[in-house]
Amino acid sequence: MNFLLGAFKPACNISITFTDGKNRKQVPIKKDNGQILMNPLFQSQETIAGKIHIDSYQGKKVEHNGVKVELLGQIEMYFDRGNFYDFTSLVRELDVPGEIYERKTYPFEFSSVEMPYETYNGVNVRLRYVLKVTVTRGYAGSIVEYQDFVVRNYVPPPPINNSIKMEVGIEDCLHIEFEYNKSKYHLKDVILGKIYFLLVRIKIKNMDLEIRRRESTGAGANTHVETETLAKFELMDGAPVRGESIPVRVFLTPYDLTPTHTNINNKFSVKYYLNLVLVDEEDRRYFKQQEITLYRLKEETS
Amino acid sequence: MRTLAGVEDEEKWLAEGIAGIQHNAFFMHRALDANNLREVLKYSALMLSELRTSKLSPQKYYDLYMRAFDQLRQLEIFFKDESRHGLPVVDLYELVQHAGNILPRMYLLCTVGSVYIKSKQAPSKDVLKDLVEMCRGVQHPIRGLFLRSYLAQVSRDKLPEIGSDYEGDANTVIDAVEFVLQNFTEMNKLWVRIQHQGPGTVREKQEKERNELRDLVGKNLHVLGQIEGVDLEMYKETVLPRVLEQVVNCKDKLAQYYLMECIIQVFPDEYHLQTLEALLAACTQLMPTVDTKIVLTQLMDRLSNYAASSPDVLHEFLQVEAFAKLSNAIGKVIDTQLEMPIVGAMTLFVSLLTFTLRVHPDRLDYVDQVLGACVVKLSSVPKLEDARAMKQVVALLSAPLEKYSDIVTALTLSNYPRVMDHLDDGTNKVMAMLIIQSIMKNDSCISTADKVEVLFELIKGLIKDLDGTNVEELDEEDFQEEQNSVARLIHMLDNEEPEEMLKIIYVVRKHLMTGGPQRLPFTVPPLVFSAVRLVRQLEAQGGDIAGEDVPATLRKIFQILNQTIEALSSVPCPELALRLYLQCAEAASDCDLEPVAYEFFTQAFILYEEEIADSKAQVTAIHLIVGTLQRINVFGVENRDTLTHKATGYSARLLKKPDQCRAVYACSHLFWVDDPEGIKDGERRALRIANAAQQMVNATRGSSGPVTLFVEILNKYLYFFEKGNPHITPSDIQSLIELINTEMLSDNGNTTIHSDPFFSSTLRYIRFQKQKGGLMGEKYDLIKL
Repeated sequence: MNFLLGAFKPACNISITFTDGKNRKQVPIKKDNGQILMNPLFQSQETIAGKIHIDSYQGKKVEHNGVKVELLGQIEMYFDRGNFYDFTSLVRELDVPGEIYERKTYPFEFSSVEMPYETYNGVNVRLRYVLKVTVTRGYAGSIVEYQDFVVRNYVPPPPINNSIKMEVGIEDCLHIEFEYNKSKYHLKDVILGKIYFLLVRIKIKNMDLEIRRRESTGAGANTHVETETLAKFELMDGAPVRGESIPVRVFLTPYDLTPTHTNINNKFSVKYYLNLVLVDEEDRRYFKQQEITLYRLKEETS
Repeated sequence: MRTLAGVEDEEKWLAEGIAGIQHNAFFMHRALDANNLREVLKYSALMLSELRTSKLSPQKYYDLYMRAFDQLRQLEIFFKDESRHGLPVVDLYELVQHAGNILPRMYLLCTVGSVYIKSKQAPSKDVLKDLVEMCRGVQHPIRGLFLRSYLAQVSRDKLPEIGSDYEGDANTVIDAVEFVLQNFTEMNKLWVRIQHQGPGTVREKQEKERNELRDLVGKNLHVLGQIEGVDLEMYKETVLPRVLEQVVNCKDKLAQYYLMECIIQVFPDEYHLQTLEALLAACTQLMPTVDTKIVLTQLMDRLSNYAASSPDVLHEFLQVEAFAKLSNAIGKVIDTQLEMPIVGAMTLFVSLLTFTLRVHPDRLDYVDQVLGACVVKLSSVPKLEDARAMKQVVALLSAPLEKYSDIVTALTLSNYPRVMDHLDDGTNKVMAMLIIQSIMKNDSCISTADKVEVLFELIKGLIKDLDGTNVEELDEEDFQEEQNSVARLIHMLDNEEPEEMLKIIYVVRKHLMTGGPQRLPFTVPPLVFSAVRLVRQLEAQGGDIAGEDVPATLRKIFQILNQTIEALSSVPCPELALRLYLQCAEAASDCDLEPVAYEFFTQAFILYEEEIADSKAQVTAIHLIVGTLQRINVFGVENRDTLTHKATGYSARLLKKPDQCRAVYACSHLFWVDDPEGIKDGERRALRIANAAQQMVNATRGSSGPVTLFVEILNKYLYFFEKGNPHITPSDIQSLIELINTEMLSDNGNTTIHSDPFFSSTLRYIRFQKQKGGLMGEKYDLIKL
């Protein structure tokens, strides 16, 4: 990006630094082009402060109609490309119209910013937070610089967290009862459980537990639903007999999961499911899907 | 599921699997060298994925497994060294569980688990419990078995058994036992399950494959047997019930049989003894198709060996009533397993009997009880035809004989003959022979009539023709040997008490008389001699003994003898009968029973006249009669005259002249007995007879050998001359010598070869006597040569 800008020789170079940028945790974010960049991590109610440096190239003076910094929370739908929806927009005017001859530094601060939604990069939708610095110019076109940052919100463990227990089956063919120890898991949790085989009349080859993400975007007739299988974890190899119970222990750490998002600004939802799949020797699949809620638990460290 | 593809395909798949393992192992080693944990996990998981194949038979799969196993050892070393991978083992324990496929995951988990226990960062029981529980995820029988066998192997040295590093605090031997038991149970389930997989057409192949896998399951029992600290209490309360529960519930014949075998072999004998009840109860609950008899046999063999090992343990057997329990269990097994062939039941009885004989040699009632049970079983089936079953019965019957080395003991077993009744004739005979041989070998004397009765009941196969025996089938030699054995046996029946002895004789006679013409010639003589011996014994003791029931009188015995010998007439076997009569006559003579002796002679003469037709036999008979008669001195003049004349008459009527001659000059002795009170009434007659003999020789002149006869007569002359018969004069002798000389001259070159040395040595004898001088010399001097 910078390289490209360089080719067009913009009049000045804008850079944004955060006050505690050195110590702040950085998390990787995948950009549109697949590149992974590290971005600073914030959470709601934090004060976002820092400095903006504007350097004019070769001492050229830059005339402008004012400098401002905006903090934007945007939802971007891919099928509606380029159409951002800002759900948060805060502005700080940094300078009155004038000229910049040399390096100029503007401190800024957005204190206790309400950022209810987490950064999210999905299949059809992206939710991002960005700082946007604009050097407004008249006919020459404004000079704009963006700095992404990541927002993650931590929640306390839910007070009610029932286990999921269910008996399912196909009549005279397969009867199982499964149990997952919780219905709400944090992102580094372990799913524990058991699967009891009450009746087995089919030749089972194996049994997997899948973690699926269902992302629905839009509303009404325009709803787009995209389901991804994020994890496929083999629970059982071979055919059990009646009375067998198979343990479930799935660590969530290795998977790229996000908290469950429900109806974010009426634009999209992200839900997670545990899908128990039994495959028989003819490769027929028998499955039962259960929704689970994922949440981000405050980590003790950091 | 594996298809029915050929062996070649399997070889190919195995080769592919091995190649896959080697390929990934190569990268794993590179990662190991670089201490790159992530890569190590990745390639080890890939390597282990090769074990996910379903295409290989157990044997081939084992090959593959071993290769992976070797690699896992390397991996374990890496895991052990935290400095190499930089992760606490507890994190590692979690990390390996991220693997998506269960099989590699579990292998890795077991490997790390073993390191985890070793690090002692977690109680070994918790880790073990977790591992054995998580392994449930692999339900495929073969893969599961191998995985669990891997678990058993890596955990073997890390069990919290007594004296191990991992015991202590909350980790006790109970946890170790619990772990092994659980792993065992699961493995057995998997093992049993193999048979339910795949089509029925490959059942046989499956059985074979299953058999190849059995040691994987059995290994757990070995481990249980080896865990330090499993005492009798724990074995009784925990280990055995749990194992047996599994054995009984799996309802699989292969597994039940193998596992029972394992249990019996793996655990110590004294444990078996103390838990006999449970063990036997389990045996009765096995599937009907299980070869319970082998299981029980092994158990009993072990116990009997244990009992034999030290006399100190015998009281334990009594304490737990081992016999009653075993006997009970066997009864139950035989009752419930209706399909068990009779040979199976017999084998069981043999084992039980062996056990009894070893453990309770003093309890004859036990032995009898076993035989009784055997009878019951045998009665419930049609006549035994199975050769193997027969063999077992023989073994069953032989065992007491060997043990007690005294047939008398066996005779007191009431069920013994009843078992024998169930044998077929041939086997019955074999058994009877065994009994007789046993008696002979041990030189045991059977001394009461009752026992003799029982004994003969036992060997009746030899004594008489049983119904339906095909006589023609009998081998002559075998028959003779059998009958000779019986004959020898009769001599073993002996009692000092005449009364009892007589009873014995009665019994023996009763049985022998049923034997039929073929047997009598063999069996009558020993009986006769046995009776004669009794006669002589009575005689030595001074005559008859007045008994209560059966007074042992001499007359009585002779009467029996007479009847017994008479039986031979049906054979017919006159020569033998004649000899026996003569024997009896002699015995009667010794007892001063003239009429009896006379009667016997009469019988002998009648036989001679009526039955003995062969001239050679006649000659022999005459000589026997003459010999016997000569020795007998009980007869009065009248009887004696009758008999001697009769004998002489027979002699004279022999067919061939030389025979006549020889018989006649033998008869001469009847009239001249060299005995102080001998009969010398017939001195004249002796000479006459000698002369008659001479006449007969003359009659033979011209035929071969008269000279020999003359020489023989000369010898007789000399005998009587020496003994002082006044009617033999030196001149008679001289003339006879001359006669011989003349004969020899005229007959020269003809047949003097034999007679010449005889004659010359006779002459030499005469000269010798002359020179000797003394009374005899003087007498001889009168003979002029």
